[in-house]
Amino acid sequence: MLLSGAEIILECLKREGVDVMFGYPGGAILPTYDAMSKYPEIHHVLVRHEQGAAHMADGYARATGRVGVAIATSGPGATNLVTGLATAMMDSSPIVCITGQVTRGAIGSDAFQETDVTGVTLPVTKHNYLVMDIHELAYIIREAFYIARTGRPGPVLIDVPKDVQIEKIEFVYPEEPIRLPGYRPPALASEDQIQQALELIAQAQRPVILAGHGIMLSGAVRQLRELAERAQIPVTLTLLGKGAMPEDHPLTIGMMGMHGEAASNHAIQQADLLIALGMRFDDRVTGNLKTYARNAKKIHVDIDASEINKNVRVDVGVVGDLRAVMDQLLPGVKPMTHAPWLNQIRDWLEDSNERDIVFRDSGELLFGAHVINDLWKFTEGNAITVSDVGQHQMLEAQYYPHQRPATMITSGGLGTMGFGLPAAIGAKFGRPEEEVWAIIGDGGFQMTLCELATARQENININIAIINNNFLGMVRQWQEFFYEERYQSTPMFNPDFVKLAEAYGIPAMRVTSREQIAEAVAFARNYNGPTLIEFVVEQEEIVYPMVPSGADLDKMIRRPKPGEEVVKEHKS
Amino acid sequence: MTDPISKKHLLVALVENKPGVLNRVVSLFRRRNFNVDSLTVGRTHKPHMSRMTIAVDATRGDALKIKMNLLKLISVIDVAEVSIEPHVSRDLALVKVRSNDAESRNTLTLICEHHPARIVDIGPEVAIVEITAAADQVEACIQELRALGIVEMVRTGVVAMGRGTRILDSSYEPVVTTSADGVPKAFEVYSV
Repeated sequence: MLLSGAEIILECLKREGVDVMFGYPGGAILPTYDAMSKYPEIHHVLVRHEQGAAHMADGYARATGRVGVAIATSGPGATNLVTGLATAMMDSSPIVCITGQVTRGAIGSDAFQETDVTGVTLPVTKHNYLVMDIHELAYIIREAFYIARTGRPGPVLIDVPKDVQIEKIEFVYPEEPIRLPGYRPPALASEDQIQQALELIAQAQRPVILAGHGIMLSGAVRQLRELAERAQIPVTLTLLGKGAMPEDHPLTIGMMGMHGEAASNHAIQQADLLIALGMRFDDRVTGNLKTYARNAKKIHVDIDASEINKNVRVDVGVVGDLRAVMDQLLPGVKPMTHAPWLNQIRDWLEDSNERDIVFRDSGELLFGAHVINDLWKFTEGNAITVSDVGQHQMLEAQYYPHQRPATMITSGGLGTMGFGLPAAIGAKFGRPEEEVWAIIGDGGFQMTLCELATARQENININIAIINNNFLGMVRQWQEFFYEERYQSTPMFNPDFVKLAEAYGIPAMRVTSREQIAEAVAFARNYNGPTLIEFVVEQEEIVYPMVPSGADLDKMIRRPKPGEEVVKEHKS
Repeated sequence: MTDPISKKHLLVALVENKPGVLNRVVSLFRRRNFNVDSLTVGRTHKPHMSRMTIAVDATRGDALKIKMNLLKLISVIDVAEVSIEPHVSRDLALVKVRSNDAESRNTLTLICEHHPARIVDIGPEVAIVEITAAADQVEACIQELRALGIVEMVRTGVVAMGRGTRILDSSYEPVVTTSADGVPKAFEVYSV
C-alpha cells in the first residue's frame, strides 16, 4: 500500500486504538491535517492553544489509563506544548505528542517557525524522536506508544519534518515485537526483597501505608485494600494517590503532606514502619527530611529504580511493577490487628474534626471549603473532579472524598496553573459516561480560559466551577503567614465570569450564598453541554493544616479550635 | 549515603549509536546536578553500539544514582561500574614542551624512560610527548614535564574495561527495514 508519511502517522495512531487527538494546525503539520479526512475514526479536537492540547491529552490519559495524543505544528506550536509535557512528566502521565518540523534540508537554517524541538523537550519527556527517514516512522510511533504507557509512564514526543509527511513509501505495518535494547521495565521483585519486606511488616507495631499514583498506574487497587485489611494497616494517600483506597474506608486516614490530614502526618512521624507504594517522597509530602519518620523502618516499592533512596533512605527498596510485587507479597502477609495504633489514629482524627470548618455554621459567609463539600454532597461523591492549582485544589483534596480510582485529576508534581479546564475536557472525552467537574480558581482559569471555545465547539458536557476569591489565594496565604500580610500582586481584577461564559455560548450562573449551591449544581448537571458556575467566596480563606515549606511534618499550623485565637504570623 | 566519602568512580555505558545520544547523557548530568570529571565516547566493534566511559568524583551512593538515572535513558543499553571490580583504565595526554637546548632534550628523554611516555614529534623549539597510562600515572608524568615548560596540552579522558570474563555487551541487533528500492537498510546505524 503506497502511503504518505502523514497517512502512516494516522494509520499507526489508528492501530494503537487512538479515538481522539487534541491539536492545532499550522504550516509544518498541514500534510498530516490534510490526511485526517481519510481517517474519520480518529476524532480531532481543535484546541485554542497548544498547551491546552497537551493538558487535554494528559487529562484523557489520567482518566482512562490509555495514551493521550496531542498534535501541533513546528516552532511556536511545539514550544507551547512544553508546559503540558513537563506536567505529564512530573506526574507520570502517558501522552504522545506529534509535532511538525521544517523540511529536512532546512533544519538548522533558522527557517520560518523552526525550533530545535527535540532539544527543547529533552528534559521534559521520557523520550523523544526526530524522524529523518520515512522508513523509521511506523517503528518510531509504535515505540513511542510503548514507551509512554509501560514502565513508569510518561510523555513521548515525535518531531516529523514536513517532507517526511509528504514522502510516499510502500507501507507494511511492522508486526514484529518492539525491540528496545535499553528499555526493560522491571516486573517482579526478588524473593529476597519480598522476604525482607514481609519480616518488617510482621514485626511492626505502628505501620502506615503511603499509597501513591503508582497504585492507579499499575492497577493495584484491590491488592492495596487486601494488604491494608488483612494486616490492619492504616493508609495515607498522596495527592495523586487519592482514589487508591476508598476514602470512607475505616483504614483510610487521608491525604499526607503540606496540606494533608493532620492525623496522617502524625501517624507517619510516629510510625515504626512506612510502606511506601508507588510514591516518590516529594518534598511536599515529607517536609524536613532530617526529621522525617525518624523511628520508622521503610519499605519502598517503585517501578523506577532511580526513585529508591533518592530523597529518603529506605531499609528495603523493591523495584518492580507494583501490582506484580503486591501479588508476590500478599500470600506471605498474616492477619494482624494493631488496635492501640488504630485507636491513637482515631484520636488524632477526632481532634481534626473539632477544628474542621465544614462542621461549623458559617452564617452569611461562603467559604471555598463549604462549596467543595456541598459539591461532593450534591454529586453523591461520584464525579470525576479535575482541579487546577492553589487553595481550591487543596480544598478539593480535603473536602471531596473519592471512592474510586482515577476520579481525581490534578497537576501534582509540577503544580501547573491552567491545567484544570483543558484536562477536564480531555477527561470527559476519555470517560464520556462520567460526570466531570472542573474545579478551578479565578487565577488558573484565566491562564487557559480560551479552551471555553473548544468546550463549546465540541459541546462537551463538563461542568466548570470557578472558586472565585478575587485573589491568588494560596500565594496570599503564604503572604499572610510568612510575609507579614504584604499582599504584593495577589489581588486580582477579574472579568464578569458569567458574562464571559455567555459570550462563548456557555450557560452560566453566579453563586454568592450557600443556599444557592444546590440549585446551581442541579442546573449544571441537567444541562447537556458545558456550563459554568462562579462561586464568589470569602477573600481571606486559609487552607489548614499547613506544614510550612521545609518544616517538620508534624509541626503543622492548625485551624484554631472554637474559642482559640488565630495566629497570623509564622516562620517559614 | 552508604559511604559519605567521595572518591573516583568509573562508569561504563553501552549506548545505541544514534544521533543525540551524547546530548541525552550530558543533559541528564546537567539537570540532575551530577558532577562529571571526564566523559569519553567512541565506537565499539559493533556499528550500532557506542561506548562511554564516565569518571566521577562522588560518594558510592551518588555513583549509584548516576547509574540508575543513566539506565532510565532509553538509548542507554547497559551500565557497569567498573571501578568496583578489577579493571584496566587508560588516559592519553599529548603534551607540548619546550626542547630548545641540549639540557631540556636530555631531561625529556630521561622522563620518557621512567614513564609510559614517548616523544612523538620534535623540532628545534618544542617537542610533543605522548603519555598513555592510568590517569594518576599520566598526572605524575605531567608534573615532571612542568619543569621543562609546558606550552600546550590535551587529554582524552579515561577509558576503562573490566578485566577477565566480565564482558559488557548486548546481543541486540537493529531492526532491518526495506526501503522503496528493495535495499535492506539498518536504520539504527548512524555515525556519532
